[in-house]
Amino acid sequence: MVRPAAGAAGVASNPKRSDPAADLHPPPGERSVAAEPVIRTEDLVRVYTMGEVEVRALDGVSLVVGPGEFVAVMGASGSGKSTFMNIIGCLDRPTSGSYSLDGVDVSGLDRDARAEIRNGKIGFVFQSFNLLARTTALENVELPLIYASNGHVAADRAARAMRCLADVGLSGREHHLPSQLSGGQQQRVAIARALINDPKLMLADEPTGNLDTKTSEEVMAVFQKLNDQGKTVVLITHEPDIAEYARRIVVFRDGRVVEDRPSEQRRAASAERPTA
Amino acid sequence: MKFLTILKVGLKAIARNKMRSALTALGIIIGVACVIAMIGVGKGSQAAIQSQISALGTNFLMVFPGVSTQSGARIFTGESTLTEDDVAAVKAECPSVAYVSPMSRSAGQVVYGNLNWGTSVQGVGVEWPFIRSWNTSDGVFFGDSEVRSASKVCVLGSTVATSLFGDQSPVGATVRIKNFPFRVIGVLETKGGSTVGQDQDDTVVAPYTTVMRLLKGKNKIDMFMASAVSQAAVSQAQTEIESLLRQRHRLMPGQDSDFMIRSQQEIAQTADQTSHTLSLLLASAASISLLVGGIGIMNIMLVSVTERTREIGIRMAIGAKGRDILTQFLVEALTLSVAGGLIGIVLGVGASRFLAWKAHWSIALPPESILLAFGFSAAIGVFFGFYPAQKASRLDPIEALRYE
Repeated sequence: MVRPAAGAAGVASNPKRSDPAADLHPPPGERSVAAEPVIRTEDLVRVYTMGEVEVRALDGVSLVVGPGEFVAVMGASGSGKSTFMNIIGCLDRPTSGSYSLDGVDVSGLDRDARAEIRNGKIGFVFQSFNLLARTTALENVELPLIYASNGHVAADRAARAMRCLADVGLSGREHHLPSQLSGGQQQRVAIARALINDPKLMLADEPTGNLDTKTSEEVMAVFQKLNDQGKTVVLITHEPDIAEYARRIVVFRDGRVVEDRPSEQRRAASAERPTA
Repeated sequence: MKFLTILKVGLKAIARNKMRSALTALGIIIGVACVIAMIGVGKGSQAAIQSQISALGTNFLMVFPGVSTQSGARIFTGESTLTEDDVAAVKAECPSVAYVSPMSRSAGQVVYGNLNWGTSVQGVGVEWPFIRSWNTSDGVFFGDSEVRSASKVCVLGSTVATSLFGDQSPVGATVRIKNFPFRVIGVLETKGGSTVGQDQDDTVVAPYTTVMRLLKGKNKIDMFMASAVSQAAVSQAQTEIESLLRQRHRLMPGQDSDFMIRSQQEIAQTADQTSHTLSLLLASAASISLLVGGIGIMNIMLVSVTERTREIGIRMAIGAKGRDILTQFLVEALTLSVAGGLIGIVLGVGASRFLAWKAHWSIALPPESILLAFGFSAAIGVFFGFYPAQKASRLDPIEALRYE
């Protein structure tokens, strides 16, 4: 496993973490698959047809992500990492190949079935937060429960949303509108929203892209904390030093995985609670 | 539970854009109000016509002269083939006929002092008040002797009386009709507008003999009226008059009659049909404004879908299905149209009441027309809201999330 130089300088100031858990994430070749993997893709291909030109955004991606992993998917723009995220996020379907989420093949599901999967098993965090404007933090966090097929009573919804907001350190901000919150706080509301259905997979697409360094660190600390609690997190980013917060780094280029290695010098975000 | 929550989401979106929602609903409000008011006016005039006709007496017949067949073509010659003797014979020999009144019609200026009033002058017989169920409110009606001697007496309709005499009683005064002096002996009760909107009180009634000989210089009556003993006897009376007159006019079987009998029922049917057509016309004109209101809803819903593309993307990403989004936007459209419909009903009923009070139009507001307008507005919400809602529900979440 070749360790690239990228990120090494950025990590210098942070205490290196000799993570005992790293032993649980051996290099891909030796990974044990005793537990059902959260993500298993086999020869995933996605072809976009633009006029007469065919673009192979994904060109045979096979990847396994086990429960409790924290994987950073890296790559330049056009590398296929966004297409990969859309497919593993059940927003899109592969042209060929198979994708099993939590042991269930979801690559052939129709729109409504995928919506149900997204609602129950996946928590999205986006670069631009994607909170509903003029809707309180609490209501934003409750939103996925509205569409849950089992249905939730309003009081139950509010209680769960409060707990999730507390988990991301936003107690007391329940009734603030997104416009009254800072970028970091908005992103933490988005994380709380992603958490509310207790998803199998947290999928973060450039979650720090709109944030400054300090706030980025706070947000990444939340992801690390969630991962420490056992959540499987897949982080899409093009910033090497953000990727260093993960335990495993997968690099995409031209629609293929060109590198898959543990993050040896894993950054630990400041241990203290992020300040509001 | 889920539906209720999505309903709330739709309602919140409406509440957020208050001005826009109000203006959109206004289209429906105006449409529904127009439909209600126009149906009210139409139905009202229909009811008014019916009540006037029955007040007029549905048991009277009018006998017109002068239909003759010349070389196969039936034409109204205008030449009177009816005589006073025919009228007397009908009265005497037709058992189903209660009253008869020869008629001679003219028109002219009625002058009193320095005031004058152009009106119709009806020459009638003494039984005319019974046929029309129209009594005098002041003074008396003329009798047989005035008719026989062709006296220059007259009874004024209330409009003419008010125009020439104001509040004073005209009884005993002398007015000039076509320069002949007539003594006013009575004033008729106020009857109001006729089926065709004509002021029935704008008339002067005089003995038919006087009108016929003095004012028109003729010896023949224009037509006559007859009333049947009861409403049920109308057609019987019609048959009796027809056979009697054919006999008196020596018409062979198979030959066309040289007169024409119209019953009030036929007239009523015609008038009813006319007003029915009128209400249909009014309602369809109003429906167009409702349609325009519906297009307004569709327009604003399309705008709303476009500007909320990102919101739709977010909702879909976190698990909203196509039909959840469809429901949300349909609820919005439906709420706008139904709220507009309800306000429109209130306004429409108000406008109808206002017209009834201010313009003295007769207004009828059948509950089924209100239900119809309400149902129609809801249907418009679904119809015009469906396309934008469906458009929203079919958005691709990836594209929608990227939308700026």
